[in-house]
This record gives sequence, C-alpha cells and structure tokens, in this order.
Amino acid sequence: MERETSIGKKADEFLQMFRKGEEFTQELLKENERLRFKIAQLEEAIERSGDEAKIRLYEERIKITEDELNSIKERFRQVEEENKDFAAKYVEVEDENNNLANLYVASYQLHSTLDFNEVLRIVLEIVINLIGAEKFAVLLIEEKTNELIPVGTEGISISDIPKVRFGEGIIGTAAKEGESYFSENIHNRGSISTENPIVCIPLKIKEHVIGVIAIYSLLLQKEKFSNVDYELFNLLAGHAATAIFSSRLYTQSERKLTTIQSFLDMLKEKPRR
Amino acid sequence: MPNILVVEDSPTMRQLIGFAMKRIAGSKVIEATDGVDALKKLSSEKIDLILADINMPAMDGLKLVSLVRGNPAYKNIPIIIITTEGAEEDKKRALAIGANAYLPKPIQTQELIKLVNGFISQLQ
Repeated sequence: MERETSIGKKADEFLQMFRKGEEFTQELLKENERLRFKIAQLEEAIERSGDEAKIRLYEERIKITEDELNSIKERFRQVEEENKDFAAKYVEVEDENNNLANLYVASYQLHSTLDFNEVLRIVLEIVINLIGAEKFAVLLIEEKTNELIPVGTEGISISDIPKVRFGEGIIGTAAKEGESYFSENIHNRGSISTENPIVCIPLKIKEHVIGVIAIYSLLLQKEKFSNVDYELFNLLAGHAATAIFSSRLYTQSERKLTTIQSFLDMLKEKPRR
Repeated sequence: MPNILVVEDSPTMRQLIGFAMKRIAGSKVIEATDGVDALKKLSSEKIDLILADINMPAMDGLKLVSLVRGNPAYKNIPIIIITTEGAEEDKKRALAIGANAYLPKPIQTQELIKLVNGFISQLQ
C-alpha cells in the first residue's frame, strides 16, 4: 500500500515535471517565434536604412553633378561671349589689316618711281581704284602765275578743267588754307561743276601746298566714304605731294643735266675745229 | 595649290590683289597686264582661277572672258570680274558671256577672299 502510494506520488511528480517541461517548451517556442519576428524586423530595418543611405549618396552625387553642369554651362556661356568678342576683334583686325594693305600699296606705288608722268598715273590709279572716284583732276600750283593748273584728269577731259586762281573758289581756298574740303552731298549724279568739286584734297609737303586733287563725282557703286578713304586722303595729301614734288625736281634736274652735258660736249668738240 | 591669274593693267591693283591672295593658303599669283598677256599666261601655266579687270589696253576683260569660254582647254576656269563699272547692266553682260562673279571697285578685300575661297573649294 505504502509502495503503491509511493509510485503514485512519483507518477504525479513525473507528470508535473512533464507538464512543466511542456510549458517550458511552449514558452521556448513562443520566445523563438518572437525572436524570429524581431530578427525579421531588424533585417528589414537594416535593409531599409541601407537604401536610404544609397539614396542620400545618389542625391549628393546628383547635386554635385548638377553643380558641375551649371558651372560648365556658365563657363560655356563665358566662352561663347569670349568667342563673340574674339570674332568681333578678328573682323576688326582683318579690316585694319586690309586698310593697312591698301595704304601700304598706295604708299609703295607712289614712291616706286621718279618719273613725273608715272607718279601722276599712280595718283590717278589710287583715286580711281582705291577710293572709287569717277571724275576728278589733279591741279598743281604754278608759282609764277599763282594759279592751279590741271595736270592730270580721269573721266573728264583736261581741257574741260579751268585754271583756278590761288585762294579763289573751293579749289583755290583748299590750296590756300591747306584744309581738305568735303561736300555734304557727295552723290553728284548727272552734270558736274568743275568749280564745285565734292572733295578737294590739298597736296602738302609739311605746310607747303603744291597742288590739289579735286573730285567731281564718285563711281555709281560708291555710296559713302569709309575710314580707310579718309586715311587714303591723308596719305595722298602727304605722300602724293612728296612723290610729285621729287619726281618733278628729278625730271627737271635730268633735263638740266642733259642740257649741261650737251653744252660740255659742244665745248669739248670746239678746239678740234 | 591653286594658281590665280590676275589680269589688271594697274600695278597698284595687281599688288593689292596679290596681297589679298597671299591670305589664301598655298595660292600662287600670276600677273598679266591685259587680255593678250593673259592668253599667253594661260597657254604657259596651269591656271585654276582668273581675276580680270574690264577696262584694259590691248584686250579688255569681256573679250578675254568670251575667248576663255570658247576654248575647250580653259572653258571651265572660273572667272571673277573686278571693275569700276558698277552698273547692273554691265554686271549682267559680264555674267551672260561667261564670268562667274562680278565685283565692283573699290573692292572689299574680305569679300574678294571669300569669293575666291568659294571657287577654290569647288575645284578640290
């Protein structure tokens, strides 16, 4: 009886222990489940936080790229502006270069000969081809008579150009005062007046006037004077004057030399007779 | 390397055009004083382009254009007329007999260079 009671007691103890074991197992299973859930949450959180970091990184990169793009755009705009400036300057330099070439050629040609007629022909060429005058005359001062005498013309006969008294009319005044004259109306289509040129350029060696270029009309296509035309007028005023003056002197001295030489030859021949 | 024949009786214009043509890379300028001289140069040199004045002694530029166009050996050479004759009818006449372009004097160097470059690029 006592033994049966002991066995029953042990069986109860075992059952209780088994139940506790069951409860413990249940608790472990629940805890396991809870931990699994927690791990899943953590994993998700970690993954999410990783994406955000990447997004932040990408955002930063986009911002840097945008800044660089804006900087490049600004630089591009600056370079475009600089290019426009360079292009404008290039055109200016080209124009200046062409103008200098015109002036150089005119000057070179004027001083390329000591033949008076050749110099006169070159002056006419420059006024026709480089300035674009249609009808004009070159008049030189005759010291003895104090008159301006036509020595070369273009587009008009030399006999149609009257002599001009020094100091009289537009031509005479330009010669006397040594100042260039430019008419307000340079388009003198139709009939021309030889006393009223549209342009009058005194030919000067320093302040000494030796003659005048009188322009009566311009070529049909010549609408206005450009800067290089005024430069050419200045060049003609000085260089044409010296070229004409020196070629005249040279021609006169050549003539005198020939006369003297002939005279000397004649003297040498005389004793033989 | 284009050979450019400049036909001009004015030494000033020949020199000025020569200066302008130096700005065209590799170009060589051959000068002639009138149409007759130009025909001699055409027969002795290989010419790629002609720049000719109209008013010249011996043979004028228009006669030269018609002779060049009538000669099978030269008929395809481009010709640019550079002249003081600025009237529209003069231009039409020159183009009608075979000139390729017409440039009234006084010339704008840039315009001349642009025209010449245009014809040279067609040759290549």
